Amino acid sequence: MTSLRVLAAMSGGVDSAVAAARAADAGHDVTGIHLALSANPQSYRTGARGCCTLEDARDARRAADVIGIPFYVWDMAERFDRDVVQDFVAEYARGRTPNPCLRCNEKIKFAAVLDRAVALGFDAVCTGHHARLVGGALRRSVDQAKDQSYVLAVLTREQLGRAMFPLGASTKDDVRAEAAARGMGVAAKPDSHDVCFIPDGDTRGFLARRLGRAPGSIVEADGTAVGTHDGVYGFTIGQRKGLRVATPARDGKPRYVLDIEPASRTVTVGPLESLDVLDIVAERPVWTGCRPPDRPRDCLVQLRAHGDVHAAVARTEAGRLLIRLATPARGVATGQAAVLYDGDTVLGSATIVATS
Amino acid sequence: MRYIESAGGPPRSAQDCVVYLDHAATTPMLPAAIAAMTEELAQVGNPSSLHNAGRRARRVVEESREQIAEAVGARPSEVIFTSGGTEADNLAVKGLYLARRAADPARRRVLATAVEHHAVLDSAGWLASHEQAEAVWLPVDATALLCPEVLMDAIIADPDSVALATVMWANNEVGTVQPIAELAGIAREYGIPFHTDAVQAAGQLPVDFAASGVDALTITGHKIGGPVGVGALLLARGVRPVPVLHGGGQESEVRSGTLDAPAIRAFAVAVGLTVAGRDDEASRLTKLRDDLIAQVLAAVPDAILNGAPPGPGRLPGNAHFSFPGCEGDALLMLLDARGIACSTGSACTAGVAQPSHVLLAMDPDEARARGSLRFSLGHTSSQEDVDALGAVIGEVVERARRAAR
Repeated sequence: MTSLRVLAAMSGGVDSAVAAARAADAGHDVTGIHLALSANPQSYRTGARGCCTLEDARDARRAADVIGIPFYVWDMAERFDRDVVQDFVAEYARGRTPNPCLRCNEKIKFAAVLDRAVALGFDAVCTGHHARLVGGALRRSVDQAKDQSYVLAVLTREQLGRAMFPLGASTKDDVRAEAAARGMGVAAKPDSHDVCFIPDGDTRGFLARRLGRAPGSIVEADGTAVGTHDGVYGFTIGQRKGLRVATPARDGKPRYVLDIEPASRTVTVGPLESLDVLDIVAERPVWTGCRPPDRPRDCLVQLRAHGDVHAAVARTEAGRLLIRLATPARGVATGQAAVLYDGDTVLGSATIVATS
Repeated sequence: MRYIESAGGPPRSAQDCVVYLDHAATTPMLPAAIAAMTEELAQVGNPSSLHNAGRRARRVVEESREQIAEAVGARPSEVIFTSGGTEADNLAVKGLYLARRAADPARRRVLATAVEHHAVLDSAGWLASHEQAEAVWLPVDATALLCPEVLMDAIIADPDSVALATVMWANNEVGTVQPIAELAGIAREYGIPFHTDAVQAAGQLPVDFAASGVDALTITGHKIGGPVGVGALLLARGVRPVPVLHGGGQESEVRSGTLDAPAIRAFAVAVGLTVAGRDDEASRLTKLRDDLIAQVLAAVPDAILNGAPPGPGRLPGNAHFSFPGCEGDALLMLLDARGIACSTGSACTAGVAQPSHVLLAMDPDEARARGSLRFSLGHTSSQEDVDALGAVIGEVVERARRAAR
């Protein structure tokens, strides 16, 4: 095997620490970096979890010490704010539900960081994502519960060609056990959840501070007004809680968010069945597991992180991806990625812009 | 080029093979200082104890105090041992401010250059936020030099409101040497106590406490071949700062805390040896430094030498450049990977490089500040070190430029 110059992105968590260690064990010349994603490290998150604290930087540094590799902190705060945080806010303002982890992979880890790494003489960027790379194509992790192929599916073949995911053939439990055996202090560190730049988990409050109050009405599908809201960004398709609808539905059943119309600040609600979606339109397709299909193709599709997998037929038309599901799916939000699989191999992905 | 011994045999990689060009951060201990400290560590005795073991330790401390005083032109009673430069600067700035204000509540202004070390800068800032001080940042010119007129103007704006003035002897980042005797003379005319941080100057320039006319002067061990964790504040007779550390009343009730006899003894050995060999070493380092500058400018013609031009106005061991179109941290990483240790000379928050306040005070161009590196030479530096840098700096800068695009 050839020895590569590898840049290991180390969040301070157990996964990226073991990934870097495995890359070094494999004979690569590994350098660890921690990405500082906030100009003020305390502003996004305090506490042990997440990716932005001084404690995380310290944990990453200690893991690099244990592995015996050089370690630096790279300041990516400006790029992260512009390409991930502001994008997150803007997408919600447009009535969509973005996935910031996916955007961070697309724009930061495998773009800004990768470009800089290559310019500095590195061959690859290594991360602790749970996914496999087989023959240039992305596959699910053997640990289905921890699989992260969904948030990596946005990467192009060129980006994947410079990526290294050493954990894809291991379960999370194996990774933790290995970290402990290696004497890494992060072996028992809790998994990160939530959005790393929203420390308290209050997405609606975060968006309200950024976007301000923008009140509008909540209506039934037939236009009947049933309530008001402080901003369409507080909602996501399929949401049930927090609607604050005063009048009960005529049928007495719970109501869900069916549609978000930012221009008129209207949130449409209705019964669960109305959430059913059969057809999905998605933009900006990326194909890494097959050539862009020139005729309808049977595949599996996943519509949100850790979401269910649906049988579907996909085809492209005028640069868009059109997906017909075999059976209806519920709570499909625009702004999320539709990721196509053949078995556990990612074929491609695109951003959902419309459903019906 | 020298090799740092790695556990279990010969150097394994570039990391173990170090061209050390960061002596301004810390410099290797002199073997004689290590020997003295090691010997003393094996002894018992608190210098404040009255019994034989205590008296023995006390004698070590007092002999060290006399050696240091002798080497820097001070009286033994003027030497107050501290845990290092940061503590000495804190004691000088905070302690003198509090003492002066207690004597006259009108004395609220702290005059300091904008290019001071953070130990001074942040002490003055803390006084402003907690003790009603007004921190007055004296501007410097494009080479980081403070013109005496600037200090004069700041004082005569309202002489009675000045608590103290503090100006570093030589700048830790760009090596600019300030006209300390002249500046201290101005402060003296108005009866204003004058402190100088001479941490960088002490090993490379003739630093004479009495002749300089300053009231307080900071030195530290690990910049001159002594151990980390020991330093001193020289205080002229009659200058009494309010203590920062309270406790057993050691060091004339100015600095409490058990005296660290092993570190103090090693500190004294280092001061003695360094001062004795200083003139020869300074001319040796000046030649090396000038060659380093020449090699870097030959390889990177558009590099900018920051600070004072080479000569008496610049520390002999200091070279500091801006490399247009580069990020300093990329340069540092690339050089580190090639076994060359240097510094971006900037403050760190979680290891994130902030643009240096020193460079920003000299030139507001943030890009210039970000793309800068400090190379600092010391007693173990050799021509091989300089040549090793000269051999790679061109390629490294070229690569860092590609990464910044």
